[in-house]
Formats: sequence, structure tokens, C-alpha cells
Amino acid sequence: MSVPAELRYTQEHEWVAIDGEVASIGITDYAAQALGDVVYVSLPEVGAMVTAGEPCGEVESTKSVSELYSPVDGEVVEVNEELDDDPGLINAEPYGLGWMFRVRVTVGGSEPTGLLSPAEYEELTQSAG
Amino acid sequence: MTEFAGWCMPLRYGSEIAEHRAVRTDAGLFDLSHMGQIAVTGPGAGAALDYAVCGWPSALAAGRARYTMICAPDGGILDDLVIYRQAEDRFLVVANAANAAMVLAELKRRAEPTRWPAGAAVVTDESPATGLISIQGPNAARILSAHADLPLGEMRYYAGAYGTVAGCPVWVARTGYTGEDGFEISCAAADCERIWTAVSTGGPGTPGVVPVGLAARDTLRLEAGMPLYGNELGPDVTPYEAGLGRIVRLDKPADFVGREALAARAAQGPRQTLIGLLAGSRRVPRHGYPVLAETARVGVVTSGAPSPTLGVPIAMAYVTAGTSGPFGIDIRGRTEPAELTELPFYDRRKGR
Repeated sequence: MSVPAELRYTQEHEWVAIDGEVASIGITDYAAQALGDVVYVSLPEVGAMVTAGEPCGEVESTKSVSELYSPVDGEVVEVNEELDDDPGLINAEPYGLGWMFRVRVTVGGSEPTGLLSPAEYEELTQSAG
Repeated sequence: MTEFAGWCMPLRYGSEIAEHRAVRTDAGLFDLSHMGQIAVTGPGAGAALDYAVCGWPSALAAGRARYTMICAPDGGILDDLVIYRQAEDRFLVVANAANAAMVLAELKRRAEPTRWPAGAAVVTDESPATGLISIQGPNAARILSAHADLPLGEMRYYAGAYGTVAGCPVWVARTGYTGEDGFEISCAAADCERIWTAVSTGGPGTPGVVPVGLAARDTLRLEAGMPLYGNELGPDVTPYEAGLGRIVRLDKPADFVGREALAARAAQGPRQTLIGLLAGSRRVPRHGYPVLAETARVGVVTSGAPSPTLGVPIAMAYVTAGTSGPFGIDIRGRTEPAELTELPFYDRRKGR
């Protein structure tokens, strides 16, 4: 299971890559392995406002469905349309081609809080068993 | 890995969709050793089973198998079973893992010597000492033949025979739970690893077989329209609701547990019907979701999953008898359209 050092993580097993004012978001390798083959992902619309900690989509796998949360406040500026045809990218490359959506983090809004470092996230997955 | 009826079992070995496709197009290997294997032996074994289950085991020829159910006195389904007549005076009853202890107790009670002469029918739990390995898929006969000393290609569907696989003594039957051709191999627990390794690895001129976990086992049986105990079947359902009235042998001369209730139910017609639904969106209907006709709730999804073969989510559901739709499914608060379809979703003879 990989936990890239350059990313931040959430309790909901998502990763966040913050580049200037844009945050890219996906689910972690751990989450993808736990879900099994992802068959469908419902993403927020471009232009939608999302709120940290609130559900903004769904991830369906063979055996289960999970909510997708936004880790940050802001406006959705891009979604990964490739996932519509090939949701298996999430299993194959959770940190690469399997990215899900990008959010322009609200200017003047609160800094994203509660994000986990790679070490903290690794600890979380180990305690989850 | 997941906890399943007290066993720790793999949901998937790799990708469950790849495992599913392997079974549809080639072959897959299943470890079913969690299932209950109960022997009923003795000169009165057939008569005892005729009383215990709703089928007619004593009418089976040696070397044949039948799908049947064990019911409560009120006709409710306690478990669905496959019964193999392995010899004139020996039957093997295969029960779901979660129900195995209850089925064993019921069979012992129903075969007790107050009803039959002592020793006429002896019920023995062989589960702890016995494994069950299944190979399923269009290439199953060809592949397993390379490891077996039996003419498997000639074996009839729902027939079985003693022989060897990978040099180990086994009972092999042409049965399964995937909608494909395939075989189930009952063997000594100590031989499981050897058989599993031989078949999964393959050999010169014989391809290996991918192992298949519980997730694909569930999507395979769902596509094949086969019921799962705890989903489509349970103590509050009779075989008639499940669309399986044909397995209740009211023409059997012997009395059996549940006969009176089942005969009455057969005369009434079912109150609910098991239907197949094709989802009209990519959101997946799952166990317990309400089924709607217009806006009225008319039933509930018993099993639902994305179908790897059809490429859309599919579901089985119980609806009030006579409801014709158009149907919708309440998927977490949002109603998605669903199209009524004939079961099974997948029929290998029709190739869909």
C-alpha cells in the first residue's frame, strides 16, 4: 500500500495535493484496495461550491458504495471525466490517472484544517487494521 | 479478507471483475470448504431425507444430485441444499455455512429413531474433516480432466462420481453456483491444499486456474438468477415466493416437514414475486433498497450489484404479486428507473 510523501490525507481515506490555490483530490490506495473494483463514481459538477467535510459524490464498487467528501472549501474547477468511461483507473492509479476532482480553495477562507500528514495517515490505516 | 459465517474468507484475490470474467470465459477456482457437508447414511437414509426436506431424495438414482430445501413446519425456508446420492445408502447434504449447524441439528432430529428403526438413518457432520473445491467455467471440464481419472466430459449435469483429482480420492459432481458448466470436488480436508495447488498451478499442456473470491461468487450467481440464503431465501419466505415451487414435491407419497403449509400455499398462489430488474442508471441497487411503482412502495431489493457481463447494475427484488411497474428503485433517497427483465440475467446457452 503506498502513501506518497508529497500528499496530505483525510480521515475519509482521501488524498489532497495542494498547488497554489487549487487542491486536487482522490481516494487513497488503501481505500481503493478496501473497496475493490470501482465501477462508478459520481462527481460534483464543475462550478459547484463544496464544503470541507460535506459529501459531494459517491464511489460505487462491486460490494459497496461510499460517499465522497470534499476535504476543502471552494469551487469545483475540474473533474476527471476519464473516470466515467474507465473507473478502474481509480484502482490502477489512485494517485495518478485516478484523481477525481479539483477545487479552487476559497480565497480568504479558512486554511484547510484537519488534514493528515503521510505518517499520520499511515498510522490511521494501521490502526484500522 | 472478510468474516463470513465464522470463517475468514477472501472477498477477492485480485480484481473481482477479472475473477468474474475468468469464470464466464475460461475457468475459476473456488474454495468452498466453509460449506456444511453432512452425510446421511443407512438403509433408511432416503426415507429419512424424504421426511426432512421438500424434495424427493429417495427417488434419486445413485450418482445423481438435486437442488432442494429444508423447510420449517410453516413452510418457511430454513436452508437451500444440494443433495448428492453418492451410493444406494449414502447421501451427502451440502448446506450453507451460516446454517450448517442448524441443518445438522434438524436432520438429526428429523431422522431420529422414534420415527425410523434405530440405525436406519445416521446423520454425520463431515464438515470438519472435508473440504470442498469448485472449478467453474466453460473450460472447467477440459482443465479438470487433466487432473482427474474420470471421464468428466461425459458426466451429466447434476451427476457425480467417486474418483481421484491430483491423486487424491474425491467425490466430483457437475454442479455449481455460477451459471456456467463446472464441477464441485469434495475431498479430505488434508488433501485440499494439494488439489488446490495442482489445479490453480496447472501443468504441462494444462493452463492454471485463477482463484475466485466471494465478491465474484456473488455477482456470478446473481447474473445466473440463483437465490442466496439470507437475501432471496429465509424463514419468512416459502419456495413458492422464490419462484421455486417446482422443487416442492407434493407428489411425493411420504409426509414431510412443512407439507401441509406448503400445499396450502401452492393452492393460494404467492403473495410476492421474485423479479429481475435492470438499472436505468449507473447507481447500484443494493440489498434492502425499496422498489417503487410510480411512487408507491411495492417491494424490496434482495440482491443487487454491477453486472460485469451486462455492463449495468442488476437486481433481484420481491414485489407484491401482480405488480407490473414501471418500476423505480429508491437509491438512498433518489429514485432511479429500473426495467423489468426475465430471470436469469445471464444464460450461457443463450450467451447473454
